[in-house]
Amino acid sequence: MATAAVVVDAQPIAPEQVSLWSDAWRRLRRNRLALVATIFLTFLVVVALVSLVWTPYRMSEIGVTQTYAPPSSAHLLGADELGRDLLSRLMVGAQVSLVVGVGTQLLVLAVGVPIGLLAGYYRGWLDSVVSFIINVFYGIPDILVAMIMVFLLGPSLRNIIIAIVVTRWMDMARLVRGQAFSLREREFIEAARAAGARPLKMLFGHLFPNALGPIIVQATLGIPAAILFEAFLSFLGVGVQPPTPSWGSMANEGVAAIQYAPHMVIAPSIALSLTLMAFNFLGDGLRDALDPRSRR
Amino acid sequence: MGCATRSTRARDARKELANAILSVRNLRTQFKTDAGPVKAVDGVSFDLFPGESLGIVGESGSGKSVTALSILRLIPDPGRIVGGQVLFRDQDLLQVSDEEIREIRGRDIAMIFQDPQSSLNPVLRTGFQIDEAMLAHKQANSRTAHERTVSLLKKVRIPAAESRAKDYPHQLSGGMRQRAMIAMGLANSPQILIADEPTTALDVTVQAQILELLADLNRELGTAIMMITHNMGVVAGLCTRVIVMYAGQIVEQGPVDQIFESPQHPYTWSLLRSIPRVDALRHERLRSIEGMAPDLLRPPKGCRFHPRCPFRIEKCLVDEPRLEEIHHGQIASCWVTMDRARAEMKADELRDISPGAASGLRPGEIIP
Repeated sequence: MATAAVVVDAQPIAPEQVSLWSDAWRRLRRNRLALVATIFLTFLVVVALVSLVWTPYRMSEIGVTQTYAPPSSAHLLGADELGRDLLSRLMVGAQVSLVVGVGTQLLVLAVGVPIGLLAGYYRGWLDSVVSFIINVFYGIPDILVAMIMVFLLGPSLRNIIIAIVVTRWMDMARLVRGQAFSLREREFIEAARAAGARPLKMLFGHLFPNALGPIIVQATLGIPAAILFEAFLSFLGVGVQPPTPSWGSMANEGVAAIQYAPHMVIAPSIALSLTLMAFNFLGDGLRDALDPRSRR
Repeated sequence: MGCATRSTRARDARKELANAILSVRNLRTQFKTDAGPVKAVDGVSFDLFPGESLGIVGESGSGKSVTALSILRLIPDPGRIVGGQVLFRDQDLLQVSDEEIREIRGRDIAMIFQDPQSSLNPVLRTGFQIDEAMLAHKQANSRTAHERTVSLLKKVRIPAAESRAKDYPHQLSGGMRQRAMIAMGLANSPQILIADEPTTALDVTVQAQILELLADLNRELGTAIMMITHNMGVVAGLCTRVIVMYAGQIVEQGPVDQIFESPQHPYTWSLLRSIPRVDALRHERLRSIEGMAPDLLRPPKGCRFHPRCPFRIEKCLVDEPRLEEIHHGQIASCWVTMDRARAEMKADELRDISPGAASGLRPGEIIP
């Protein structure tokens, strides 16, 4: 994979490059896996959107066919233990996964980026405090914290997202802190200060745009981690509550029937795996595309 | 840049001597280290007059950049301004609030840096960054800012200014980037433009263009320029007055013509002597100043230049000289002064310029 990229890169194309971003986009498109992943994820988003208004059968309707019905032309993925259409449930499950994945990372961005920027730019006691808190959070077992939080707050989609953010914001904060740390020594930051830029402007107008590449990569790679975490919680029964289907809870239900209805485990597991892989490939592709060291 | 214009400007500057726009008084800036404070700027005082262009020269580590950064309170950690005053418009810039100094930065006193490559934000469009300079001080709204940006880029002679404004910094050449930096510096029509070695990172032809541009802007807009450089040629081409710094202190100050014609401090004299000459004999050695800049953690006793000075006398080793007026408008801190060195030590015929060579006070013979 890496060698393929090098071969394509052999031709000089430097003069036409327009901007950092169009440059990155060009390199991302050249990465086949990332491109396939992007297409798959676009498809997944479309499926999730379609499932908002249409599914082959009502996802919670019981007994649309036999219980444990194997895949057939009427029910492409078969049915579950209550005779509900699995494809319909899988489509709605995509909503849950995407909302959890993207929602979590948006919140992680909202929490981690400002904290990281502040700590990295101002250093001193503020940085010591933030670093200490980050290390404390790293020390706490995340599944335990998430489960306790869901027990306390009640198992809803919103609370699951909050629980995941609480256990996952540190990676982003630490990354952004490191970026701000090195960026603040650059001369253009000094120049901006000499031009009288305000602190907020310094943080979000100068530091943030320069750290955007690594931040995007981190967020993209954080999405599958969050999706997996939600699936795991749902599998353990503390996740999204029935009748809302989540790929994790669907797999949990399927495990009980794995002897005679393996499709109930296989379908959500494959959907989950493909989605996780797609996000990871996209994240990797973005990393290569946005990394200045891999430029040219 | 003819000599005539320079001397008229020098006269004008002297006329306005009473009302400096910027007065630095006994400025002292130190950097804390484990070994003790490094006195990067140690008691510097000078004035900047409206519309003049003042050169500050000295070798690396002489404190010229730190002086400039101290004026705008931009000293990075672990640096501290430990004393002195910077008077601007009846205010001491070292005393005003953070908010006030931020307003002054870029609006009243702008600064341009050595390396235009790294002083523009790489991910923002050049024009946008100039817009921002105005918006930060509410000198324009977003529509008028863009128009002014384009006219500024035209003023600093960037061709196709309209489309260049949309370019990212890496798409511009080094010279163009420095022009864009100057445009940004001028965005709010500041009274003072501090240029910290603005031509060092550029090649010679571009250097000349940038200097010419600065000279024109100085003339047309009346912006006072404080030019920090280690290049005597730059000073000769642009400035009316010059300050020579050594080891964190001012050693000589005066009108450029006068200082070039008859420098009074041996350091200034050595600096001028060390400019490579095109008409020098082919195999003649380049003349440099022997020795190294002193350690500012433990500056030498007496005159700080004495360990490298060919004209040093016993007094130089123990007593610190003060700045004294030697000729009209020209001050220097030296016990000997070049007038005397020329008369008594045949300074002009000197070939050997090792420490103490002219006065006979050789290193081995010093018993402190």
